[in-house]
Amino acid sequence: MKHTLVALVQDKPGVLNRIAAMFRRRGFNIASLAVGQSEQPGLSRMTFVVDGDSTIVEQVTKQMYKLIDVIRVSDLSTEETVSRELALIKVRATAQTRSEIMQLVDIFRAGIVDVSPDSLVIEVTGDEDKITSLTKLLKPFGIRELMRTGRVAMTRGGAGGQERGRGNGATPSKETEA
Amino acid sequence: MRMTGAQMVCESLLREGVEVVFGIPGGAILPLYQTMPQYPQIRHILVRHEESAAMAADAYFRASGKLSVAMATSGPGATNLVTGLACAMMDSSAFVAITGQVSRAAIGKDAFQETDTTGVTLPVTKHNYLVMRAGDIPRVMMEAFYIARTGRPGPVLVDIPKDVFIEQDEFEYPESVDLPGYKPTLHGHPTQIRKAARLIKESQRPVILAGHGVTLSQAFQELKELAEKAQIPVITTLLGVSSFPGNHILNLGMPGMHGVAWSSLAIDRADLLISLGARFDDRVTGRVSAFAPRAKVVHVDVDPAVIGMNVKTHVPIVGDLRRVLRSLNREVEAATHTEWLAEIEQLRRDHPSLHIRDTGNLTQQYVIRKLWELTEGKALVVTGVGQHQMWAAQHYQFLNPNSFITSGGLGAMGFEVPAAMGAKVARPDALVWSIAGDGGFQMTMAELATMAEHKLSVKFALMDNRFLGMVRQWQDLFYKRAFYATEYTRSPDFVKLADAFGILGLRVTERSQVAEAIQEAMAYDGPALVDFVVDPEENVYPMIPPGESTHELIEAPKEAKGVPATRRRDILPPEGDF
Ligand SMILES: Cc1ncc(C[n+]2csc(CCOP(=O)(O)OP(=O)(O)O)c2C)c(N)n1
Repeated sequence: MKHTLVALVQDKPGVLNRIAAMFRRRGFNIASLAVGQSEQPGLSRMTFVVDGDSTIVEQVTKQMYKLIDVIRVSDLSTEETVSRELALIKVRATAQTRSEIMQLVDIFRAGIVDVSPDSLVIEVTGDEDKITSLTKLLKPFGIRELMRTGRVAMTRGGAGGQERGRGNGATPSKETEA
Repeated sequence: MRMTGAQMVCESLLREGVEVVFGIPGGAILPLYQTMPQYPQIRHILVRHEESAAMAADAYFRASGKLSVAMATSGPGATNLVTGLACAMMDSSAFVAITGQVSRAAIGKDAFQETDTTGVTLPVTKHNYLVMRAGDIPRVMMEAFYIARTGRPGPVLVDIPKDVFIEQDEFEYPESVDLPGYKPTLHGHPTQIRKAARLIKESQRPVILAGHGVTLSQAFQELKELAEKAQIPVITTLLGVSSFPGNHILNLGMPGMHGVAWSSLAIDRADLLISLGARFDDRVTGRVSAFAPRAKVVHVDVDPAVIGMNVKTHVPIVGDLRRVLRSLNREVEAATHTEWLAEIEQLRRDHPSLHIRDTGNLTQQYVIRKLWELTEGKALVVTGVGQHQMWAAQHYQFLNPNSFITSGGLGAMGFEVPAAMGAKVARPDALVWSIAGDGGFQMTMAELATMAEHKLSVKFALMDNRFLGMVRQWQDLFYKRAFYATEYTRSPDFVKLADAFGILGLRVTERSQVAEAIQEAMAYDGPALVDFVVDPEENVYPMIPPGESTHELIEAPKEAKGVPATRRRDILPPEGDF
């Protein structure tokens, strides 16, 4: 099963490397990863889609928490969430096929961001399924380039996402003291 | 106050209470070294190889709980630290490594002696830093020491470019660290502790598995109290060997690959397994699916990630072991498990795991037993990795807490020399015996010079079997005695070598000489080495082959070559309670 984890991390050089190295070393599979600034200065937010059962997700979370630069990890799989992905698709388009492609773009509420004599660049946002379906439909025209950002996700409403415990079972989540 | 980056490093070391630095200078770190004479409070020990600096600093922490520093220059100096960092990381030991880096402008240009040190050491450190401004040094140093010693300890590396050592800035040591992403959980959750107490009450056949965490959290008394109050036998992992008195009636000893049979079998039969600061290494569990098949598992550890990593846990408790045990001991009810203890006693009688075959030859087991007798179980024992390490864990009965220092998780040969040095620096009054393999010893023996120089009176029991013994054992048992690349056909004359290093060297070839040589080495005022020329044919038993379970436990050699079974007997009468 795919799990969506969102991590709040320090925006410092090397943080991505630490996380990627940890995933590689522990043999965890990242299906997708998206990183960007958060609302708090100095902190970034990362959305991971991790493939694995709940034991693996628990290990991933715990190993993430062991990284000093990781501040919080939330599991959005069980929550009411909105999740989106953006893709840019460069598709071959001739005078004959262009209008057919534009119809598909309309149906998917996607947009065309670049037009050239023999191709179009399409921008589409949505969940992974939507992007995959559009890609499939465009395939016969000839896809020259495809670029997907990976999922970004957020809980609906007020809550900030279920913080996954640093510990195992019932442990107080925050403590300071040497 | 305005000062250079190098001065800031030294000022920080003073504030962190660092007394010792093990290191070797070089170009990139020279500005720091040239500043150190201004700080004579900090003792620098010039080692012969950076790996030894790291391993000495590691053992210094294990022996004393105090942090020291391993210092190295950029490039080869830094890469030489890697094995020592990995060794400390695996065994939750700690020190701070400070490495020089090429100047900021040269970073990324493949400059002379440039290595991506933070990149290389990332997976073998708890955390690491590349400091790009002198003004950051105080904060980074404080964080480094804090991270190294708190929670589950681990080594932290600070890489500093040469020109940052020279750069001037304002020095202000922070009051406290600000690390929002690092908050170790120390108090076990009360509900979980009550659950554990309930499981203990309900269990008929409980066992405790005590690991390195007992030593790291100094929970010796608390462990003893729990074991005695609820009458629970204690099994110790390799790193837990000296966390419970060796002669205690409830001490069963080590389980697993080379553990005593009754410990492994007790885990096999237990209905409750209480793991205290142990992480279920595969050398302990063997095949995980067959490990502790009847037991509920209570797992206490300060590192949540090791709980549930290898073995399914029923009651996880995250916290500092000593604190958790104090709370648990209040909840636990006094109990007796007479039948269970009698059953284990029977297992002990049925499985003579610690009996030593009498081949008439000088064997490592014999030497270790003698060493134990003559030191009354009170030496601080350091080992290398291999057969001698296992025999030391089996046959030396430790009476003092935290008196066995060994590379468990990484199993790094060569540890026996620098670690003994670091332990002696940390505990100058302790009687430090290094039980060394002739293989591992030759990896790091250059440190004999360092020990002679600093009058570090370490005693070496060199187990000279002219083989990479443990590998030879695997060739013997699993590769039809195809001995390849494990024999030293020409080792140095270790007695002459000792002499060349300016330390006492003795040679022992017969059993009758053992006691006298040990005594002479101990009486000598200074480092000493006894070259015990031992029988290479001996293998370590019991043995559970890798990946197998207790059912595949091999108790003793089928029939040792040329040794009639009738000649087998104990060399030493069974001693005390053990
Ligand atoms: C640095 C390193 N290299 C290789 C090994 C693999 N290894 C494990 S035990 C062993 C033999 C050790 O020989 P020695 O130090 O003489 O000890 P003995 O087993 O003979 O007691 C070897 C080569 C290791 N553990 N560490």
